Amino acid sequence: MKKYKWRTWMLFAVLIVVATAMLVPFFWMLSTSLKPIGEVFAYPPTWIPKDPQWSNYATVWKVIPFGRYMLNSFITSFCITALHLIVASMAAFAFARLEFPGRDKLFLLYLATMMVPGQVTMIPNFILVKLLHWTDTYQGLIIPNVFTAFGVFLLRQFFMTIPKEYEDAARIDGASYFHIYSRIILPLSVPAISTLAIFTFVFQWNNLIWPLVVVNKDSMKTLTVGLASFQGMYGTSWNLLMAAAVMGIVPSTIAFLIGQRYLIKGITLTGLKG
Amino acid sequence: MKGLKKETKVAWLFLAPSFVGFLVFVFGAVVFSLSLSFMDWDMLTAPKFVGLSNYIRLFTNDATFLLVLKNTVVFVLGTVPSRVIMGLLLALALVKRIPLRSFFRATIFFPVIVPTVAAAMVWRWIFNADFGLLNDLLYRLGVSNLPQWLADPKWAMVAIIILSVWKDVGFSAVLFMAGLQGIPEVLYEAAKIDGASRFQIFWKITLPLLSPTMFFVIVINVISSFQVFDQAYVLTGGGPGNATNTLVYYIYNNAFQWFKMGYASAIAWILFAIIFLVTFIQFKYQKRWVYYL
Repeated sequence: MKKYKWRTWMLFAVLIVVATAMLVPFFWMLSTSLKPIGEVFAYPPTWIPKDPQWSNYATVWKVIPFGRYMLNSFITSFCITALHLIVASMAAFAFARLEFPGRDKLFLLYLATMMVPGQVTMIPNFILVKLLHWTDTYQGLIIPNVFTAFGVFLLRQFFMTIPKEYEDAARIDGASYFHIYSRIILPLSVPAISTLAIFTFVFQWNNLIWPLVVVNKDSMKTLTVGLASFQGMYGTSWNLLMAAAVMGIVPSTIAFLIGQRYLIKGITLTGLKG
Repeated sequence: MKGLKKETKVAWLFLAPSFVGFLVFVFGAVVFSLSLSFMDWDMLTAPKFVGLSNYIRLFTNDATFLLVLKNTVVFVLGTVPSRVIMGLLLALALVKRIPLRSFFRATIFFPVIVPTVAAAMVWRWIFNADFGLLNDLLYRLGVSNLPQWLADPKWAMVAIIILSVWKDVGFSAVLFMAGLQGIPEVLYEAAKIDGASRFQIFWKITLPLLSPTMFFVIVINVISSFQVFDQAYVLTGGGPGNATNTLVYYIYNNAFQWFKMGYASAIAWILFAIIFLVTFIQFKYQKRWVYYL
């Protein structure tokens, strides 16, 4: 045991209180999810359910297509992330590595769109999705979310830091631009690209408003919309609601436990919110 | 195309997928949205040009909008300072050598990545006036006049603010930690040699050198707080009455519940204008308090 000063232990005590406040809601979620409805309203409240009702989870699974919601969230988040990485990295390559007339003005225009809140473009995009009959489809969930300037900006900044010499050498050997992009720039940018990938995925996984707007059919709901509508149906069946919420945070928790260090590093690198 | 240099052609090939998408879903959408804000359109009948009347109606003849605007400002003022101050304090603690440090860091950051919807569901239960955990705690602490939280127009917004601070304080803390780690150690050592107290070191070295991070954290928090939606949607549905109705919620209702596309677009542009103005002012006045090394 290392020796700490009393000041450190005071701080430690405060942090224990903070950590408790952060974790109690999750514990309460889990605890409630395992109670029979009678115990949910018991006074005083019990922390550990006397007789854990795992069947609550089975009930949720029976009343709503929970697996389908997860699958939809996964397909949507995965496709948006993949497409965004391809499209944004190509554009960033052009902005960072190639000369063409109007380049800087166009880049500035891209940057300017970062200030426009998503709600401004959401309405026209909804109208467009409706005209294309893309409501209740994966393309409706995916395509309008692929084009954001942040990724282009982040990758462009990163590409700029890669020394020119790398590509000069390749060019003397007769490499094409595509070769330089795919074999030199991309492999050297793995940290920036993986950060962008994680954040895009988490952000889209948690996105509520867009899927809420373009999806009506139950079978096309994402996890967030599915949870919200389940709450609408089972407003006070707290044990079932909490069982659904627990299942709703399981994927994020697993991702967090695996990628926590990377996620925090990514935030400090980019200052981006997930 | 013939006269163009090869590099220009290649550049446009690389740009094409992004540019086409931007043309439709971003640039086009922005222009379309601005034009819509001068129209009445229910998506069934033909759109009708109405000039500035949407904007005029919002400010002169729509009490709900003014309330929603006020609620949003209250939310911003309630969340941003708490997130910034608590985030800073946590970061100051968590860069120190302390037992269980990585556990604390992980704990504080965990709520940030969880879907707001799931987090709000449990908070709705915690805030339950009769059986909720929070009122149980307050009761044990001897509070006799227990708030009705989500059922009370005065307390519902407080509840949403508490949830939002709890959820996102870790994000500010992580940014501050990065900022603190960027302050060169030699400065602290030099100050100690000069006999500076802890207090002086904090006010004269840490805080000024942290000001760029502070600026960034405030700007980001203000922008995201103005766009609050998920918490209100799950926790209160904007109620009771319109007590927790926010700008984005009002846009959502106007556009996607009542199909007043023009009116909703006008609100979205007002939101844009507010965010732009507030951010602009912050950038303009940063010179007064932000120090860059």
